[in-house]
Amino acid sequence: MSGNGLTYSEQGGEAAPELAQEAAPTVTPSTPAAFGLFSSDTKKNEDLKQMLESSKDSAKLDAMKRIVGMIAKGKNASELFPAVVKNVASKNIEIKKLVYVYLMRYAEEQQDLALLSISTFQRALKDPNQLIRASALRVLSSIRVPIIVPIMMLAIKEASSDLSPYVRKNAAHAIQKLYSLDPDQKEMLIEVIEKLLKDRSTLVAGSVVMAFEEVCPDRIDLIHKNYRKLCNLLVDVEEWGQVVIIHMLTRYARTQFVSPWKVMVDEYSENNFYESDEEQKEKDQKLKTTYTMDPDHRLLLRNTKPLLQSRNAAVVMAVAQLYWHLAPKSEAGIVSKSLVRLLRSNREVQYIVLQNIATMSIQRKGMFEPYLKSFYVRSTDPTMIKTLKLEILTNLANEANISTLLREFQTYVKSQDKQFAAATIQAIGRCATNITEVTDTCLNGLVCLLSNRDEIVVAESVVVIKKLLQTQPAHHGEIIKHMAKLLDNITVPVARASILWLIGEYCERVPKIAPDVLRKTAKSFTNEDDLVKLQILNLGAKLYLTNSKQTKLLTQYVLNLGKYDQSYDIRDRTRFIRQLIVPNEKSGALSKYAKKIFLAQKPAPLLESPFKDRDHFQLGTLSHTLNSRATGYLELSDWPEVAPDPSVRNVDVAESAKEWTGILGKPKKEKPTEKFYSESEEEEDESASTSSSGKCLESTAFSLPGKLCLQNCLVHK
Amino acid sequence: MCFQQKMIHSLFLINCSGDIFLEKHWKSVVSQSVCDYFFEAQEKAIDVENVPPVISTPHHYLISIYRDKIFFVSVIQTEVPPLFVIEFLHRVADTFQDYFGECSETAIKDNVVIVYELLEEMLDNGFPLATESNILKELIKPPTILRSVVNSITGSSNVGDTLPTGQLSNIPWRRAGVKYTNNEAYFDVIEEIDAIIDKSGSTVFAEIQGVIDSCIKLSGMPDLSLSFMNPRLLDDVSFHPCIRFKRWESERVLSFIPPDGNFRLISYRVSSQNLVAIPVYVKHMISFKENTSSGRFDVTIGPKQNMGKTVEGVVMTVHMPKAVLNMNLTATQGSYTFDPVTKVLTWDVGKITPQKLPNLKGIVNLQSGAPKPEENPSLNIQFKIQQLAISGLKVNRLDMYGEKYKPFKGVKYITKAGKFQVRT
Repeated sequence: MSGNGLTYSEQGGEAAPELAQEAAPTVTPSTPAAFGLFSSDTKKNEDLKQMLESSKDSAKLDAMKRIVGMIAKGKNASELFPAVVKNVASKNIEIKKLVYVYLMRYAEEQQDLALLSISTFQRALKDPNQLIRASALRVLSSIRVPIIVPIMMLAIKEASSDLSPYVRKNAAHAIQKLYSLDPDQKEMLIEVIEKLLKDRSTLVAGSVVMAFEEVCPDRIDLIHKNYRKLCNLLVDVEEWGQVVIIHMLTRYARTQFVSPWKVMVDEYSENNFYESDEEQKEKDQKLKTTYTMDPDHRLLLRNTKPLLQSRNAAVVMAVAQLYWHLAPKSEAGIVSKSLVRLLRSNREVQYIVLQNIATMSIQRKGMFEPYLKSFYVRSTDPTMIKTLKLEILTNLANEANISTLLREFQTYVKSQDKQFAAATIQAIGRCATNITEVTDTCLNGLVCLLSNRDEIVVAESVVVIKKLLQTQPAHHGEIIKHMAKLLDNITVPVARASILWLIGEYCERVPKIAPDVLRKTAKSFTNEDDLVKLQILNLGAKLYLTNSKQTKLLTQYVLNLGKYDQSYDIRDRTRFIRQLIVPNEKSGALSKYAKKIFLAQKPAPLLESPFKDRDHFQLGTLSHTLNSRATGYLELSDWPEVAPDPSVRNVDVAESAKEWTGILGKPKKEKPTEKFYSESEEEEDESASTSSSGKCLESTAFSLPGKLCLQNCLVHK
Repeated sequence: MCFQQKMIHSLFLINCSGDIFLEKHWKSVVSQSVCDYFFEAQEKAIDVENVPPVISTPHHYLISIYRDKIFFVSVIQTEVPPLFVIEFLHRVADTFQDYFGECSETAIKDNVVIVYELLEEMLDNGFPLATESNILKELIKPPTILRSVVNSITGSSNVGDTLPTGQLSNIPWRRAGVKYTNNEAYFDVIEEIDAIIDKSGSTVFAEIQGVIDSCIKLSGMPDLSLSFMNPRLLDDVSFHPCIRFKRWESERVLSFIPPDGNFRLISYRVSSQNLVAIPVYVKHMISFKENTSSGRFDVTIGPKQNMGKTVEGVVMTVHMPKAVLNMNLTATQGSYTFDPVTKVLTWDVGKITPQKLPNLKGIVNLQSGAPKPEENPSLNIQFKIQQLAISGLKVNRLDMYGEKYKPFKGVKYITKAGKFQVRT
């Protein structure tokens, strides 16, 4: 890397003058000088300035390429601004593009000079070519100079009524840029959003919903009239737009429809559901309950379902979360198959999907049970993937599959990846508490692990056994004895502390061993970790209370050691314990209850999933992944008790029919069979705009907005 | 400006040694120092695979992917679906791969201007704009040696001077005005077997995943439909956006106007009811002895259920336990290497001939004094079988509508090992 940098800079240094004279061009595979160390050397920048002022395009282009190289490297090229901005009107399209790149990077810093370029863009906005109009708008709106806000506003307004849907798409993007530059424009921008939301082009839909989400996500009223249209267009919108629209519609639906979960519909078995068609099912539901799903609610579910087949993981996840948050519980199962499919993807996708499955599998085990084996761990998986899979396997464990799972876990425990092995032991512990049938088996298995060679494994086992014993302390004297023996060999502090705690807690079950353990640990007290020291004190106190005859002196010895320990905590604890257990005239009322305090029945720890309370975040969001509220996270509202008026979504059919058939009649007659891509059955008028024949496309694409534009003009007048 | 924006704010490309070699900002500039949080996380992780893809920092969120020894680190300011960003970053890496033949640091540095132009087109204000390779190639021509020589003489540019029409249409994946003298359509049906085989040789888990990769060079606007002899085999399918979903739902026919060039038509999973035929078996004897600091290693691979086809391209990789110092083996076929640093044993077997089964055996030297490894390593096997789709999937016919010429059509089948692991 550094070697490369060196050669580049040498090349750049030597080649530059030559290049300037001969205007010699670049030769791939290297764009020399792209990584030159210019910024430190103003002379080199002089060369670049000269090149930019040369009359030859090739020299200019070469200079621009080198400047872009500097920008890419994070070097400062701002002092070239005047020289570069002169070329904004260049005829050469590549020079122009690179100048744009430069402008977007530095306009903010050189606002006055940037103004020089504005007139060029204003001219381009009127260009007959739609692509030039679009790119002019793109650059103009990317120049973050507050003074041009009115110009931008005007350009956006004009572009939003442009004939070309591509220009309108760019107008939607520009809305967000202007909003971030000057939030005071909000009201005017909302007007533009409102207009663009009515747009029927699939190109525009995703971008305008994005703008809506950014500028005015709370203005749900703007969506009502466009809801059905968006649902119907969805399949034909580009993938990125789909994700944004689906997330928006999820929020919308949660405010407009009543919950499909409240009613107890007889559970449909998974198979049954796949076979029966939806109408039939809806009918069944009607018979059994009074709940009927709003047809618009159903429309959304029906139209998003095909997108589970998308190649784009983000789209699949978006649909999955929509079903999770909106579909009747019996239907949410259809997303599992697609989510499991995503597990074949690269590790980053796996990571996010597994996290979401982990949350889902806690609440609704049934969804993923059929795919249990898809979560089996491979030794080549990265550790973070392994632990997530393990988490899911643990969530899915039940009486039926636990024996298979435990066998699988046995393999994992032996893994060379010790962090993972430790996680597996915890998982076994969780299975053991959740499924009482296997508690003993698990406990025995864990005890066997105590003789494992690896200290981390042993330590983790001790910790888990401790928790398990606590949940059912009935008859485990043997195990405690076994663990007491281990104390000589185990060095991991947590494990030692756990063993000591266990012996202290159940000292009455091992009356012979407990004092001896105290004797041994008293000897090693000074060399122990703080964690262990605290437990030695604890053990001493408990023994003092139950068996003071044998252990009085030992405990006092330990307390004395504790009194002069280096750690505050230990000195504090020692003082506290001494006051509590050793009776003297000053000791308060509490020491009477010392035994009750120390040897009270303690509640068993709950072994639960770390994903347990993640479900209050909407699935598939950044907040869910981080398990903390991310900036700008929009809470998913609870279902309303009573559904708001559904008629707000009605579009005046007569009007729209008249409006659209007039324009669309012609292409439709020409090519009646071209509607392959169209999904909507009931709304014929929609389908024409989404139909994708190469031939009829141009006519529709251009005639549609034409009409819209006319209307808008009328409205404005 | 206090207002925060959604979606992707900036992108940093970082190599394995931690140098930031490219940065691109779509909004205001974010200082490189934000990457320090990433480096911190990277240091904590055991290896590159374990760097968390999502990192939270005080003012930003970092979402990253790791591809071809490069970290693509994107800076996000507000809530966004993480998969949206991850999927996009992979699309960027795919595009580099497509343009430069490899997605490497050198390739990116050599083509930094094209990279910048691409990023500019792919994202507008942090929101994906043009991600279809067909459109991008119209906007920005990929570099070729010939073109760069021509460019250098004539001073012409890489930027397309024709305006892309695909982006404006409802078939954004296909460019307009495609013309070929030889019209061809090729489909590769590639199936991969994912499996976990346990110690005793029985199958713990097995599944077939397949894809159909296409190379379509057809003039004009061809409308294709591809049908299968046994479409019921396809249990779960994901489609390229060009496929008409309704036709598939009702008739189980893939009907589409294809993009031009190479693309993935579908990926699918074969329904789990079907038993998966496992084409190879592995006999293994791996043991470590406590006292002598050595162990034995003996592995034989043989063919099984391979429908009379040859199993070839067999490679076995084993991550040996840390205590292994060296291995002294003899292979009856192919060659083996053992890397004492990474502890990876690779055995390149080649073709399996049933008459003489390939075998690798010998002595394993352990670090003296170290405890013997607890677990035997798992064996990862790769193989290939030509002319066979292990699920039995068969293409029935390909029809073309909308154009008059007669295209040349071809279908190729191949079966490979996916994540194929044998526990020992």
